[in-house]
Amino acid sequence: MKIEIKRYIDEGEVHEERLGYEVDLEGATLLEMLTEIKTKQDATLSFASGCRSSVCGSCAMRVNGKEVLACAYKPQEGDVVEPLKNMPVIRDLVVDMQKALDFTKVAKAWAGESDAAVALSEEDAAVNELQSDCILCGSCYSACPVYEVNGEFIGPFALTRSWRYVSDKRESDVAGKIEAVQTNGIWDCTLCGECVPVCPQGIAPKSDIDMLRNKSGILGYMDPKFVGGFGGGLDFGAPSF
Amino acid sequence: MPNNEFAKIHATQLEGQMMVDVLVIGSGGAGMVAALSAKEAGATVAILGKSYPTRSQTSMAQGGINAAIGEEDSIEQHIADTLKSSQGLASEAAVEKLCRDGVEAVRWLDSIGVPFSRTEEKKIAQRRLGGASAVRACYAQDYTGLKVLHSLYDTCVKEGITFYNEYFLLNLIRQTDEKGKVTVGGATALNIKTGEVEAFKAKTVIMATGGYSRIYQKHSTNATGSTGDGLAAAIRAGAKLSDMEFVQFHPTGLKNSSILISESARGAGGYLLNAKGERFTDELQPRDALSRAIAEEIEKSGEVFLDIRHLGEAFIDHELPQERKLAKLYENVDPVHELVPIKPVAHYTMGGIAVDADSQTAVSGLFAAGECANHNVHGANRLGGNSLLELIVFGRQAGENAAKTAAAIEAVIEDPEQLKKDQNFVQGVKYFTNQIDFYEKRYFIGNIFYNNAGIKRNDMGLKAVLGAIRQIQKELPFMGPKDKSKSYNTNLVEFIEFGNMVELAEIMVVGAISRNESRGAHYREDIPDRNDTVYGAHTISWREDGVLCVDFLNKF
Repeated sequence: MKIEIKRYIDEGEVHEERLGYEVDLEGATLLEMLTEIKTKQDATLSFASGCRSSVCGSCAMRVNGKEVLACAYKPQEGDVVEPLKNMPVIRDLVVDMQKALDFTKVAKAWAGESDAAVALSEEDAAVNELQSDCILCGSCYSACPVYEVNGEFIGPFALTRSWRYVSDKRESDVAGKIEAVQTNGIWDCTLCGECVPVCPQGIAPKSDIDMLRNKSGILGYMDPKFVGGFGGGLDFGAPSF
Repeated sequence: MPNNEFAKIHATQLEGQMMVDVLVIGSGGAGMVAALSAKEAGATVAILGKSYPTRSQTSMAQGGINAAIGEEDSIEQHIADTLKSSQGLASEAAVEKLCRDGVEAVRWLDSIGVPFSRTEEKKIAQRRLGGASAVRACYAQDYTGLKVLHSLYDTCVKEGITFYNEYFLLNLIRQTDEKGKVTVGGATALNIKTGEVEAFKAKTVIMATGGYSRIYQKHSTNATGSTGDGLAAAIRAGAKLSDMEFVQFHPTGLKNSSILISESARGAGGYLLNAKGERFTDELQPRDALSRAIAEEIEKSGEVFLDIRHLGEAFIDHELPQERKLAKLYENVDPVHELVPIKPVAHYTMGGIAVDADSQTAVSGLFAAGECANHNVHGANRLGGNSLLELIVFGRQAGENAAKTAAAIEAVIEDPEQLKKDQNFVQGVKYFTNQIDFYEKRYFIGNIFYNNAGIKRNDMGLKAVLGAIRQIQKELPFMGPKDKSKSYNTNLVEFIEFGNMVELAEIMVVGAISRNESRGAHYREDIPDRNDTVYGAHTISWREDGVLCVDFLNKF
């Protein structure tokens, strides 16, 4: 089977090309194929991998334009393999995730002062069970078209993580977390849903963003675009929003 | 952490000024717990990791974390089970600390947002794992490790812990003060992105780099990064390693890929069947005995399967979703309707950097926690659910003590020798001749270890492995990375990892040859009995002038 891999290296000068590799492995995952290429054919091929079982998130990449985990994808003849989008490529299939990861800090995606007196029921635990399955692979971030216009967008996984903590019944700083996702956050999402089918864990960041919007509405926040939508046609004399 | 803060800290580092009080090496569960507790104790902290924090081996722990919080359970029972499983090789004091602190450890994890599964009575749900006399393992479906790890990461982000991601540890820096006392002074690491070797100075260092099961290569459940880099660096710096021959085999790895199928599948009532479709053993025995039973059955009838069909689709999808997904992907079978082919595979390394009751190693100022350390709580066989617990309890202890020790140290002495040496090595290794392919040798070591230094061992087989390892040590200069480029050279990283594995492989085999008895995971078919008179002791390994020394030290 032949697959093509987009190669990139910057060693003083940038070198970029698509190289084909012939691999003969029956029923193998893409990660097994890449490992075969690296150890038997071309030691310079660079990619990240870890658990081989879809929980560490290391081997997210794109095949024929769609995000996959290499350890969970069975290649087809002629597949084209590329690194994730929206992140700087360090080399070959390896991207720099630091900026993307830092958005969880912007979103304050962590447990605040949790109230130990609140006992969680099975139902309470189920509320964010799916969101806490996130493995930080970056697939949703790569698939998100908002980054073409706004590089500071907090982004799908960081917002999913925000909802994961906001929806925890024990969380005592919901207001602070909601405030943190107002700018470059929930309202900048176009709800296109590109993040949904690429999540290897079946999480729908789009729905989580919708939930955060609802929560924001309850707390008195409004979509700034909607506010602007009045277009100044009616001036009630109030100071600008 | 904002990027400019990172750049600023890093700039100070490069100017050669005192950087952090406590440097944590390894960004998995143990490393993050240690960093959080060192920071809480007032120290400045940074974590150095060869990957990103959430990509560590901890993400793969599935079954749960033990804590005697159930009504039918007690701390005393937890202690008794752990001691029994250790086959006389655990420290009673350490086990008592592990089990006592376990209750608070789980409460703390709950408070930082670990989404434990719940019971109808709004309590943390628990399941029974092998070797446990009660229902004891707290879990979050079969993603316990993943959810613990991510909650720790989110907490580190909250606390502003500095991470140096994609830095590959090379060596520890040793320094000698005016009185001639040798202490640790930081570490050197390869910045994988840039290819530069850098020095990280610190008053104390915590090693939390995980285990060394990848020596078994494709016969291990472990992530590709579990190559024992921290242990190898520690012994090079003068630390001692202990009980290195004890490698736990997990009874149920997928047959072809060695991907782990959690013990929770058996805990929930899964059966083991032989080629004739018959049950042949008690599925909830401790892992050492069960792995041997399976290995013997595979020798006898050819195949062994895990059968969870009777648990039903709804249960499997709710409690064991990961298992179903992995069996489909890697073995092409759906466990709801089909048998899953399995074999025992290398899973957890009980041996590690020898530490005292304060998590301190033989090198002053160097602490260790997690799978890379040996706190003498697992002994010859670890109980399922005790590894996640260990990294919380002893990660915390290492963090506190490293912070305390650092507080009494005024400054780190300037000593650029190690940095220069390691810079030269990284330059020079690219000129190794490459006549021999190290990937081939890595594969070979995995196979020979699985066959001769795995579930069952004997003197002749082990000596054959030792011969092979010694030969490979001589051949190392004829290997080396083929990739000569600087940036993100994973071929170079893998070669140095290979060197570390070869170093540890020798120590493991020498330990296994020296231990002329059978105990827990170390089973010698030529000497099947346990011999407490001679070997009721820890195997201690260290280097003197480059020569490997091994001795038995009575239990402490």
